[in-house]
Amino acid sequence: MLELRNVTAGYGAFTALWDVSLDVAAGEAVAVVGPNGAGKTTLLRVISGMIAPRAGALTFEGASLTGRPAYEVVAHGIAHVPEGRRIFPMLTVADNLKMGAYLKVARRAYAESLERVFALFPVLSERRRQRAGSLSGGEQQMLAVGRALMSRPRLVLLDEPSMGLAPVMVLRLFDLIRRVREEGYTILIVEQNVRQVLKLVDRAYLLEAGHLKMEGRAEALAEQDFVRKAYVGL
Amino acid sequence: MIDPIFLAEAAVNGLLLGGVLALLALGLNLIFGVIDIVWIAYVDLVMICMYAVYFLVQVYGWPIWIGGLVSVELGALLGIAVHVLIISPILGSAPVNQLLATGGLLFFLQSFATFLWTTDHRSVRLTLPTLEYGGMFLSFARLVAFAVALLVMLGLFLFLRHTYIGTAIRAVSQDREAMALMGANPRTVYVVTSAVGGALAGVAAALLIIQYSVHPFFGAAFGPLTFMICVLGGLGNMIGAFVAAFIMSEIISIGGVVWSTEMGYVIAFVIFVIMIFVRPGGLFARRA
Repeated sequence: MLELRNVTAGYGAFTALWDVSLDVAAGEAVAVVGPNGAGKTTLLRVISGMIAPRAGALTFEGASLTGRPAYEVVAHGIAHVPEGRRIFPMLTVADNLKMGAYLKVARRAYAESLERVFALFPVLSERRRQRAGSLSGGEQQMLAVGRALMSRPRLVLLDEPSMGLAPVMVLRLFDLIRRVREEGYTILIVEQNVRQVLKLVDRAYLLEAGHLKMEGRAEALAEQDFVRKAYVGL
Repeated sequence: MIDPIFLAEAAVNGLLLGGVLALLALGLNLIFGVIDIVWIAYVDLVMICMYAVYFLVQVYGWPIWIGGLVSVELGALLGIAVHVLIISPILGSAPVNQLLATGGLLFFLQSFATFLWTTDHRSVRLTLPTLEYGGMFLSFARLVAFAVALLVMLGLFLFLRHTYIGTAIRAVSQDREAMALMGANPRTVYVVTSAVGGALAGVAAALLIIQYSVHPFFGAAFGPLTFMICVLGGLGNMIGAFVAAFIMSEIISIGGVVWSTEMGYVIAFVIFVIMIFVRPGGLFARRA
């Protein structure tokens, strides 16, 4: 479904990703783990078009997305839940979700999408008239995920969804992401919470200092020094 | 001692003036809030539109309301032109360049207007009555301008609140990158915002030309006042700009009756300078 071939990317003179190749098959849940500053966020930003790769190719469902801007990538069916949630704090919860359905095709299916999102995250329905900035961290993360689903994506990119959340909320959030998965969305998730995320996904990649170091089935990797290795960098 | 009736009249006139000032401030603030650029030449665009209404109505004899509609459309077109020709090419550069570019536009428009139309003051002569109410004399033109300004601001509010593109404009002003992830082309949102900002300038022009005469340096009279209102209300804060417009217009109007028009402006600017020190983020600065 998603293929990255020899992608190199960075900011200015700094190169954050070196020659990264990665695949995600339809229906899969894949994690990219690794220490802080390994280039995990950059990887997602390249996929969603927030930055253009310096070299390499990016294809999604057979179409080349290399160097396409973010507003075009989302129209191809990739939704990005960015690091730090990036909800619109002064808009209501309902307006945030409405903006998630900004694309014309998504707008037509707005009512149906909204129903699905509210079924997944009932708390968003309760708080729909509230300003998004007034929600708790966990609720804001649910809103960020719900907003992404409103664009009717097939692939969802999640960047550190557990960041800044209380431990109890982290567990709840991973449960919710599992339910999103069961809805049939393909997921590519970046996480520092390695132990939790490996219980959620089928496969994982280890990214270190911009290089992909390892790749394998989640259960197998969880048993290895791979996990310890990822933690050491923290 | 000043007759209280003069004070009351000044207060009402201040309120009426505040409507148009608020309209100008909201237009400028909308553009700043979304694109992060202050259009130094904003009121000079108003000046160009005022000339358009003047020529259509006074020279060619068109009805004033059609002149007004043309002014709105001209304003929207000028807004788009300013964005596409001047702002868009330098969006990524240092903010000072953007200020210099729109500042340059200001001088260009002033010189252009002087060259084409000389420095004569020109006004649209409408036979509008003066109303007397309880000993106060109120200009009908000002009342109309105030009412139209309020209606247009209400329309702007509904547009920003209830349409997809309006909500997207508010969303972009909060997080432009996140809005691109939703599928909104920032370029489109900027052009729409510039068109709306320009259209508001066009409305203001039609409302100003029935009260004041136009000349190439009209922008110098209302421009600084408009920026002051935006800063006082908090740049980008629409409610703040709305309230600040009325505060400033009341100070100018009442100060003008108690002392003199010049003194009214002096007091307004002194209060502005003090407020900058006391509340640099604007009257309604939000806590982070």
